[in-house]
Amino acid sequence: MKDKTLKKVLVIGSGPIVIGQAAEFDYAGVQACRALKEERIEIVLVNSNPATIMTDEEIANKVYIEPLTIESLTKIIKKERPQGLIATLGGQTALNLACELYDSGVLEEYNVRVLGTDIASIKKAEDRELFKNLMEEINEPIPQSEIVSNWNDAYAFSQKIGFPIIIRPAFTLGGSGGGIARNEREYEEIVHSGLSQSPINQVLVEKSIAGYKEIEYEVIRDANDTCIIICNMENIDPIGIHTGDSFVVAPSQTLTNNEFQMLRTSAIKIVRALKIEGGCNVQFALDTMSNKYYVIEVNPRVSRSSALASKASGYPIAKIATKIAVGYKLHEIKNSITQKTTAAFEPALDYVVVKIPKWPFDKFSTGDRILGTKMKATGEIMAIGREFNSAFKKAVTSLEERYTGLLRRGFEELSNDALLSELYIQDDRRIFRLAQAIYNNNDINKLCAITKIDKWFISKIKEIVDLEHELTKSKLSKELYLKAKKCAFLDEEIAQLTQSTIDSIKKFNINAAFRIVDTCASEFEAATPYFYSTYGEECEVEEFKEKYSKDYKKPKENILVLGSGPIRIGQGIEFDYCSVHASLELIKNGYESIMVNSNPETLSTDFDIATRLYFEPMNAEYIMNIIKKENPKGVLVQFGGQTAINLAEKLSQEGVKILGTSLESINAVEDRKVFERLLKELNIPQPKGCAVTSTTQALNAVKELNYPVLVRPSYVIGGRGMQVVYNDDELLTYISEAFKFSNEHPVLIDQYLEGQEVELDAISDGRDILIPGICEHIERAGVHSGDSMSIYPSQNISRKNEKILVQYATKIARKLNIKGLMNIQFIIKDDKVYVIEVNPRASRTVPIMSKVTGVPMVNIALSAILGKSIRRAGYGVGLYKKSNLVSVKMPVFSWQKLNRIDPALAPEMKSTGEVLGVDTTYKKALYKAFLAGGYKFSKSKQRVLVSLNDHCKKPALPIIKKLFKQGFFIMATWGTHKFLEKNGIPSKMIEKFMIDKLQKRMKNGRLSFIINTPTTGKNSQNSGFQIRTIAQMYNIPSFTSIDTANAFLTAYKVFDRSTVLDYDTINNYRKKKFLDIFK
Amino acid sequence: MGTLILQDSTVLKGSSFGAIGGFEGEIVFNTSMTGYQEILTDPSYAKQIVVMTYPEIGNYGINDFDFESDDPSLVGFVVKNACKTYSHYKARESLGDYLKSKNIIALEGVDTRSLVKKIREFGTMSAFITSNDVDNEFIKNKIEELQTFKIKSDIVLDVSPKSRYIFNPQGQINLAFIDYGAKRGILQSLAKRDCRITVYPATVEAKEILENDYDALFLSNGPGDPADCTFQIMQIKQMMGKIPIFGICLGYQLLALASGATTYKLKYGHRGANHPVINLENNKVMMTSQNHGYAVDVNNITKFMRPTYKNLNDDTLEGFEISSLGVYAVQFHPEANPGPEDASIIFDEWVNIAKKDIDRINEVKNER
Repeated sequence: MKDKTLKKVLVIGSGPIVIGQAAEFDYAGVQACRALKEERIEIVLVNSNPATIMTDEEIANKVYIEPLTIESLTKIIKKERPQGLIATLGGQTALNLACELYDSGVLEEYNVRVLGTDIASIKKAEDRELFKNLMEEINEPIPQSEIVSNWNDAYAFSQKIGFPIIIRPAFTLGGSGGGIARNEREYEEIVHSGLSQSPINQVLVEKSIAGYKEIEYEVIRDANDTCIIICNMENIDPIGIHTGDSFVVAPSQTLTNNEFQMLRTSAIKIVRALKIEGGCNVQFALDTMSNKYYVIEVNPRVSRSSALASKASGYPIAKIATKIAVGYKLHEIKNSITQKTTAAFEPALDYVVVKIPKWPFDKFSTGDRILGTKMKATGEIMAIGREFNSAFKKAVTSLEERYTGLLRRGFEELSNDALLSELYIQDDRRIFRLAQAIYNNNDINKLCAITKIDKWFISKIKEIVDLEHELTKSKLSKELYLKAKKCAFLDEEIAQLTQSTIDSIKKFNINAAFRIVDTCASEFEAATPYFYSTYGEECEVEEFKEKYSKDYKKPKENILVLGSGPIRIGQGIEFDYCSVHASLELIKNGYESIMVNSNPETLSTDFDIATRLYFEPMNAEYIMNIIKKENPKGVLVQFGGQTAINLAEKLSQEGVKILGTSLESINAVEDRKVFERLLKELNIPQPKGCAVTSTTQALNAVKELNYPVLVRPSYVIGGRGMQVVYNDDELLTYISEAFKFSNEHPVLIDQYLEGQEVELDAISDGRDILIPGICEHIERAGVHSGDSMSIYPSQNISRKNEKILVQYATKIARKLNIKGLMNIQFIIKDDKVYVIEVNPRASRTVPIMSKVTGVPMVNIALSAILGKSIRRAGYGVGLYKKSNLVSVKMPVFSWQKLNRIDPALAPEMKSTGEVLGVDTTYKKALYKAFLAGGYKFSKSKQRVLVSLNDHCKKPALPIIKKLFKQGFFIMATWGTHKFLEKNGIPSKMIEKFMIDKLQKRMKNGRLSFIINTPTTGKNSQNSGFQIRTIAQMYNIPSFTSIDTANAFLTAYKVFDRSTVLDYDTINNYRKKKFLDIFK
Repeated sequence: MGTLILQDSTVLKGSSFGAIGGFEGEIVFNTSMTGYQEILTDPSYAKQIVVMTYPEIGNYGINDFDFESDDPSLVGFVVKNACKTYSHYKARESLGDYLKSKNIIALEGVDTRSLVKKIREFGTMSAFITSNDVDNEFIKNKIEELQTFKIKSDIVLDVSPKSRYIFNPQGQINLAFIDYGAKRGILQSLAKRDCRITVYPATVEAKEILENDYDALFLSNGPGDPADCTFQIMQIKQMMGKIPIFGICLGYQLLALASGATTYKLKYGHRGANHPVINLENNKVMMTSQNHGYAVDVNNITKFMRPTYKNLNDDTLEGFEISSLGVYAVQFHPEANPGPEDASIIFDEWVNIAKKDIDRINEVKNER
């Protein structure tokens, strides 16, 4: 039963979104908090990520948006005195912090118990050596490995193990110098090269299990030793590709019952031996030709896989893990789905789930697309189908790419030989190559041999490819149409393949049916409002409503909320924050909320969040199916980022009502000409610009605008394909890329104003406007707003200009009849305010602004959309009073995970997440932001490399002076050195070609940071690019904007003064001065 | 197009992928996500038509190692999607080819989820499965026939061996085993624990077993209504207290009836690999493999019967013991096949009892 002594519990979040640690921990954290609230336990929550739902004051009792450091957590523990701490819900970040807090004695000192899985168990699972020992003890096989430092030992290992062997040099980045040896000759070669490349002359030699099947089990255990499997999952890709980068299917498809149970038994044995109390993930490698298996990894916490397993099975793992942590046994927890049974059961699926990762290579065209042991995907999508084929096809459609099918992905031009040799490449496009190879009629067994993908999967993909082929050859009959729909082909695709019209297809009158995800394969009645679509079967929506909707006879109006699809750069967790709030608020307002999304990591796809959840691709046809079924009053598109906005037009064409700001207004701001005219009419200055549809037009346009200009495609996420361009050559290079991104829409060219960038979010009911606050960017214009640091409240904007900003925003809101949220970006140059961008939808900063100002933006926006005046919300109109806190938002990048990508800040967004520094003064907030962003400060001053491009040199001078004054030793490249010399700043000259030397310095940690402003051009050969990419490998900060560098120096000063930081809840910070008066 | 006709007048169409012909049977569903080969050859499904709730079936073909008996005893098999291509290194043939060779009617492309909901609502019912397209007249007559269909009362004899034989002759613990339609997994689980098993047909008399000096008696699973097995119950009564007796599934039900309890038919039975069963002694929960349509009435057991396990889903009795008589039995399948292996410790416990408690049981015998 529940531990009654627990009154207050500390929950540690996972910090900023980075590759490998995304929205799944917000989902887990919120589930945990809700479970704790049910138990009336007070929750103290610490997370540096302001875009999360868990950092809402509705979710936790005390929300600390503070850096996740030992220092901050210690102080918070000291202040709050929680009795317990849950370490296993905030990813690896929280797990590591909990271990450190334990090791440093903090937990003991303040009597904080680790709830659920304890530290000893965590360490046994995480520490390689301890884990190896435990596995040997309980007789569970792990791949044999050894650390060797000479050829003799390496040879001895190979004699013992046999080939193939993987060689991993110690402490080299990206596994350079390693590889797989298939025979002794290769082995000797790779071991020698690995030993010489390793700085400590060590390599790990390990038995290669590449090509084995990769199988995962999600396990839950309680203190009573009851142990259950929630779901098992099979990677379609064999061992060798990170599971986060693999296509995954649940449940496993190619395992016999014997194999399934053998691994299940092993997983349970391991989890019992580790004494896990909560969730745990166990990964296996299974031989394809025998019963042989290896345990590869154990994660003693909730994870990305457990989020996927929760969504795939309907079993809320994080919630149950939390209940176990506070003392419940599995059989004591009620099953919320059946209302009758308990949580001690294993879900049975009567559908198939497919997950596909979402990679950022569309943005990072220079990036290394090869997939391996390092995860590169920023997010993922999941699709549910009644069979594998429909699940797989739906999953491909869910990727929201230009193409929705498996074929015609650009490989049809390749000769078959070339295609087959490319098929060995393990990158993000291999499934599409495989589909083309199947289409080319290659022997299935040959394709299995090349890809190591199981024949079962390949033959299933062949069924899809064959059907596509059949569609191109046959006349479309009702029978064939149904067959194609059962395989999840879109009407659009069917029409195109069969060369028929959508209208002729519609006359077949075949509709999608929706089925319930119920955890029990319909063995019991289940009340889960969780649906997916299929064809040719009975629909369960009406039946469900009849049974479980209290208002079935007098139905409430319902409203559809569009989610934002997979997490990607430029469209992150903040839109999930908005969708979730919109859904919850709809329910509060007496509506039924219907949520649709395709992302398994997020809270929006938790069936607790909406009246009914539809797990479907974010594609117009799928959404129309839902609309036909639910007949909603309208659709909310403004909370789901660009994904939802992009759907508005198609839905509107089908006669669906877009709630809030009208489609015309949405289009008005995206259509360059209309928008330009509109601002002119309102007498609002804007940078000169135009929309072009050809290169010639572009060249003519710049003659008028003068360089530099900003080139960008319209209707894209996160400034994709956007670039500042300084001359004709550059223009010609970029314009073609921009056209590619733009699809049918024109490319925009604007005058580039290098001024102060300012941003505000507003809520409007069409008449009045409420602006919670104004943010000022630290980096001057030219850096994407998602990648720039920004300060609230603004520090350097005059009263006069503030008034102008509000005035412009009000004018625009009224003119566009904005109903709901809006975001406007401005540039102030030479004391003149220009509007550069208007987004008639929720923006990235909505969660932050809601938290720092205390204005519940989404809630008020929703009331406005539903027709209420915002005056009635109680927050007034116009610019809301400034909070007493200062906050600094800091972007966080995932450079460590992605190779060959230029970390230079540009108009195109590159960051994956963000942190927020909050305090009473700007300087302290800034310092906290850098701390939260993972920057290190050191008392002993070291070297700083400075390399400036020509147009940065002058403005950088005061900053370099500051750098020198603060005691850093300056190294500079030739041009910069000369420039500094002329201005009396001593520096050591370093040749750009001395990259090797630099690399050594970086490797040895003798370089604190780099200030390197990029020359233009995405040329990966240029030395600046090389310096930056090497720095990113060694985790050395490189500032590519002098403004960021300047801010860092300011933060350094705070550190140098040994400033003692205090930590407080965001709620207290907002009222701080007020409280201080009464102290 | 094949046809499935249910007692409640539902008619479903599906593509035939098994044998040609038609059979009547009792329609039931199984929620296991793996183990179709084991399910097909489990003799407890005698005269039944099995619907699989998991949609992809046949993925890994049929192999030589996972049979629970020589031949399937069920009459029909219904799935959402029978995989055209199978893939497994052990596989020898496709599911469809196997079913054809064993004369089992099989349909695919059926909306199995809706079918299962029908069974859940109506309860286990009779059905007719055919590989043919049939006309309305036929359907009408068939539905009428189905109203009176009942699995014959001596169904156990169909699946019980015709004569005695020994399994694992080199084992050290000497067990008698009455085979009412046993799964091979039970025999293998016992053999693995060093038992020498003398397998008797269901027609064996008590005295034949008691004559020999067995360490214990094991009663297997099997098909049908336990209350129909009056002869078998009588024999068990005669042996109780004279030799430790263990029972699984039908064996458990017969032991309960022999002890004075009653059984009843469940609405739609327990068939799957995820049935949570709680050990009433230590509150630990196990996931068990189950396949039964009848249950022992927990409200009508004798005071000597101590409940040992309970189903967490519907609170039905899952196990009892009368330790003074050396009677131990469970409703679920500790041998799994298919399903979780959590409950295999029950074999350890029982074999230990057979080993250690022989003397104690002898004492009880002497006291009488």
